[in-house]
This record gives sequence, C-alpha cells and structure tokens, in this order.
Amino acid sequence: MNKIIKYVITDILRNKIVLIYTVFLLAASFSVFSLEDNSSKGLLSLLNIILIVVPLVSIIFSTIYMYNSAEFIELLVSQPLKRNTIWLSLFTGLASSLSIAFLIGAGVPVLIYQANLVGFTMILTGVLLSIIFAAIAFLATVQTRDKAKGIGAAIMLWLYFSLLFDGLVLFILFQFADYPMENAMIGLSALNPIDLSRILILLQLDVSAMMGYTGAVFKDFFGASNGLIFSFFVLLSWIVIPVWYSTLKFNSKDL
Amino acid sequence: MRYFPFIFFTLLYCSASAANIYVGAKRSHKTIISAMDAALPGDTIFVDAGHYREKNLIIDKSIVLKGIGSPVLDGEKKYEIISITADGAVVDGFKLIHSGISSLEDLSGIKVYDSRNVVIRNNILEDTFFGIYIQNGVNCSIENNQLIAIGLEEQQSGNGIHCWKGDSLRVIGNQISGHRDGIYFEFVKNSVIWRNVSKNNLRYGLHFMFSNDDMYVNNVFRNNGSGVSVMYSNRIKMFSNYFEENWGDAAHGILLKEISDGFMEGNYFKRNTSGIYMEGANRIYMKRNVFENNGWALKIQASCMDVVLELNNFIGNTFDVGTNGSLVLNRFNNNYWDKYDGYDLDKDKIGDIPYRPVSMYSMIVEKYPPAMILFRSFITSLLDKTEKLIPSLTPENLKDPAPMMKRAF
Repeated sequence: MNKIIKYVITDILRNKIVLIYTVFLLAASFSVFSLEDNSSKGLLSLLNIILIVVPLVSIIFSTIYMYNSAEFIELLVSQPLKRNTIWLSLFTGLASSLSIAFLIGAGVPVLIYQANLVGFTMILTGVLLSIIFAAIAFLATVQTRDKAKGIGAAIMLWLYFSLLFDGLVLFILFQFADYPMENAMIGLSALNPIDLSRILILLQLDVSAMMGYTGAVFKDFFGASNGLIFSFFVLLSWIVIPVWYSTLKFNSKDL
Repeated sequence: MRYFPFIFFTLLYCSASAANIYVGAKRSHKTIISAMDAALPGDTIFVDAGHYREKNLIIDKSIVLKGIGSPVLDGEKKYEIISITADGAVVDGFKLIHSGISSLEDLSGIKVYDSRNVVIRNNILEDTFFGIYIQNGVNCSIENNQLIAIGLEEQQSGNGIHCWKGDSLRVIGNQISGHRDGIYFEFVKNSVIWRNVSKNNLRYGLHFMFSNDDMYVNNVFRNNGSGVSVMYSNRIKMFSNYFEENWGDAAHGILLKEISDGFMEGNYFKRNTSGIYMEGANRIYMKRNVFENNGWALKIQASCMDVVLELNNFIGNTFDVGTNGSLVLNRFNNNYWDKYDGYDLDKDKIGDIPYRPVSMYSMIVEKYPPAMILFRSFITSLLDKTEKLIPSLTPENLKDPAPMMKRAF
C-alpha cells in the first residue's frame, strides 16, 4: 500500500499541476494579506478562495488524474493486490498531496498573518474540503468509463455544491419564511460540506452580527462542543461515505 | 462701600466658626451621628477608619463629612446609608456597603433630596441598591466614586448613579458596574457626564430620558446588557465616548430614539451587535466617528430625518448600514467605507462613483433572519454584486455620493 501511495505522490509531483496550484495558493494568500490594510479583511478574501477554488481544483484534478491513470490501475489490478488496497492507496496519495499543497499554499500565510482560532479553523476546513472533493471525484470516476461524462459530472457536482445548493436553500427559506427555520437550516447545512465549512468560519469571523436571535441559535449549536463534534463528524462522513461507496463499486467493476 | 465692614466681619465670623470635629474610636465623638448633632453649618467632620453602623445618616446642615482611610458605613441591608437634605453638603472618602433593598422607597447608598451644590466624591459603594441618587438637585457634583453592585436580575437591582430631575449636574470620573443602569438621567438638563467607566451593567450603561441640553464626553460604556440608550431628549452632545462589546439581539452600542438636534463627534463603536440604532431621530450630526468590527455599524430606520453622517470611518463591519424601508431623508457624505471598491481617477482622494452602504443581503437578513446562515456564500455575493449595479431592493437614495478613498482621519 505504502509503495502505491509513494508512487502516486511522486507521479503527482512530477506532473507539476499540484506544484503550480501550491504556488498559486501561496501567491494569492500572501497578496490578499499584504494588499488589505487589516488582515481580517484578507481572511475574508481567503475564505472565498477556500470555498471556491479549493473544491474546484480538488475535484477536477482528481477526476482527470483518475481517468489518466486508468491503464496504471489496470496494471495494478493484474498484480496480486486487493482491489480495496489499490483504490484506497490511490485515494490516500491524491488526497494527501492535495492537502499538503493546501497546507503549504494557504496554511503557511495564514499561520504567519492570522495565527488564531479563525486561522486554524480555516486551515482545518480547507484541508477537509480538499479531501472531501477528492472523495467525491472518486465517486464520479467510478460511475462511468467515459472521460467526458466523468469530468462533466465532476464540474456539475462542484457547481451544485458551491452555487446551486445555496440557491435552493435561499428559495426554501423564502417559501417557508413564516415558519421557524433555524433548526431546519442547521439540518440543511449538513447536506453540503462547503456550507458547513463556511458556517464554521463565519461563526468566528462575524461574531457580532451572529449575536442576534438567529445567530444565537446557530452559535448555540455550532459554537458548543456538541455542535463542533457534530459538524466534524458530518465533514468526516462526507469523506468516508463517498470513498466507501466508490470502493464497493470499484471492487465489482468490470475494468 | 458702606456695607464693606459688615460683609468683612460676617466672612470673618464664618471662617472663624468653621470648626473641625473628629470621630473615631479614640476621639471624643464615637459615632458620626453625635458629631453631626454637635456640628454647625460650615463645620467639617473628619471620620477615622473603622466600621460604623449608623443606620440612616441624615445630613441636614451644610457640613463637610470627610473619611480618613475609607471608613466603612454599613447599611446592614436595611437602611439608606446617607440622606442629604442640605445645600452645600460634602461627602468625601467613605466606603458604603450593604444598603437596604426596597423598590418602594428606592433605598440608596447616598441620596440627595431637593438640594443645591452638594458634592459627593472619592467614595466606594459596594452592594448598594441604588448607588448615588440625586432627586431634584441643582449644581451638584459626583466625582471619582466607585460603584460596584452584584445585581443578579433587573428587579433586584437599582441604578448606579440615578438623577431624577436636576440641573447643572456634573458626573465625573466614576466607575460603575453591576447595577441595573450604570448612569440614569431623567428630566436632567444642562449637565455633563465626563470620564466615567460604566461596564457590565444589567441593562444600560447610560440611560437618558427627557433630558435636554446635556453633554457626555470621554466615557467608556462596555459590555452592558443593552448598551446605551438615549431617548426623548433634545440637544444632546456626545464627544469621544467608547461604546464596546454590547452583544445580543436587542443590544446596541447606542440606541437613539426620538432624539432631536444631537451632535456626535469622535466616538468609537467597536464590536457591538449594532453600533448605533436610530429610530425617530431628527437632525443628528455625526462626524469623525469610528465604527469598527460591528455586526451592523448603523441601523437607521426610515423614521429618521435629516441625520447627517460626515467623515466617519467604517472598518471591518459585517454590514455597514441597515434600514427597514425605502424612504431616505438622511445624508451621507465623505465617509470612509472599507468595502468601497470604486476608483478615483482625478486623484482628489474622493471616490468617483457613489457607495451604497446598504447591501442587499442586509435587507434580506432584516426580513428573514435565518438567511444569515447563507452569508458570505458565493450566491449571496453574486446577488450583492448584481444589486450594486441595478438597485431594486435596497433604497436607491441611500448612498454616499463622495466616499473617501483613504481613512477620513
């Protein structure tokens, strides 16, 4: 297993896209922090990068990488190796290289400029989002052999999670405006890892505005240790469930 | 000039008669009451350190009561500790503890009844129901007192410095915490509140009602239940005050309700749920204030008229301005908004396109509070940007036509 992970990581490093991604994150983070006169505003710009760019790069890169290594996977399958091991090591290699890229690219500047609770939450959610979207990419690639279809699905999934879902939530909110929606909102947010990450960061960034009644409901939930554990488990299950399901699929897949 | 000898001798007589009386365990007077019985107007009573249980001390002559080494006056949770009914009385340097609690009589640490020129200074008040209470006082001054109450709920707790009906009062350099309202003014005019610190009070740090022509300067109001509230008053001036950390659904840095002709300059609003909440405010001029890291810097209801904001700095607020209608009769000019993303082609340090401080999302949140959970998501910033180009939901006239490119000061 370790051998495959090592191979995947060196392969990804050699292909330089992840390196460019790291450099891009570094440049973007340093520039947002040094351009703005107060670094909390820099954090806000960085929040957008984390919530939009990180999932996009993770999901697209992983999908394309998986399709490109189809032959390599076939070669591995012909060896005396369990399919589980192959799939999981591929995932581990991809997810860890993306996380490391994020940690270096965004984590270092955040630690330099904003080494506080908000900063740490941001780094943690960024890493989790990198892994989650790699997992979702695995789910997309295992469904179909058609490269165009798979990449299309990945792009649609990203669009759904980062844009359409919020539109739907907003729509539901307006339709049910007469009802107390606070708890339903918390439930809905669990259905989207990007939303959940955003709320976790928001609770620390916009503390004052969140002190109103609704904010207090969210803060009571997400701010308390139970809520934090809940959101962490939801984010983890966003990794585990797609990976587990794609592994099942891969095990019985006709390559 | 023929009255001169008369005046001269009167003065001489007065100064000669002002005696010093001492109270203490080793002095001729063991209790303050006996010393006060013996005192004549103009005398000074010096009280040595110690623990005095004198029930209710009534000062009905214009004497100076001075504590040496903060003697303790204990109200035993039953009495009003000092009642002043004489003009020109002075209470200086005592420690007053455990006044009685009664909502019928408003028992206080020190209460002034219908008197002029009373001075209350350098006292420490602990666990008093009302702290210092001026009832119909003129030209009184309350200086450098420390008031600490351990109020648990509003009903069980009185106000720190309570002024009901008065003129020309001076409240200077006091520190108040744990009371219901830190400083309370009702029907008080021509008075000044200067350099006080009012924090951790249950309701308001400062509560103004029907008090005209007052001024408050250099005060700190921090972490009070609902911030500061100024209502139904005219011609109030506020300079260089700090309003900080007032958090909660109904908490504001300052609430301005039915206020006319106010003037605010150099105040700091930091980390409040809303910095200023204005309702029915008319002709308020706000200049060179700083709004930093508030949830809403300013909530200005459509019932406000002729409010002018100039040269203020808005920095790091979640929402700059919130409002509840489309009618705008107020004016924003030359403020610095950190969210402004316009340009300055002619380099006169003033942005060339107007800034609209009301974001669409703040209108949505005002209407549907749960929408806050979508704040800062991609779709909401998209909506905000569209709204900026073609205003439909936000009031079209609420704008700063000439925003500053750099901080206003």
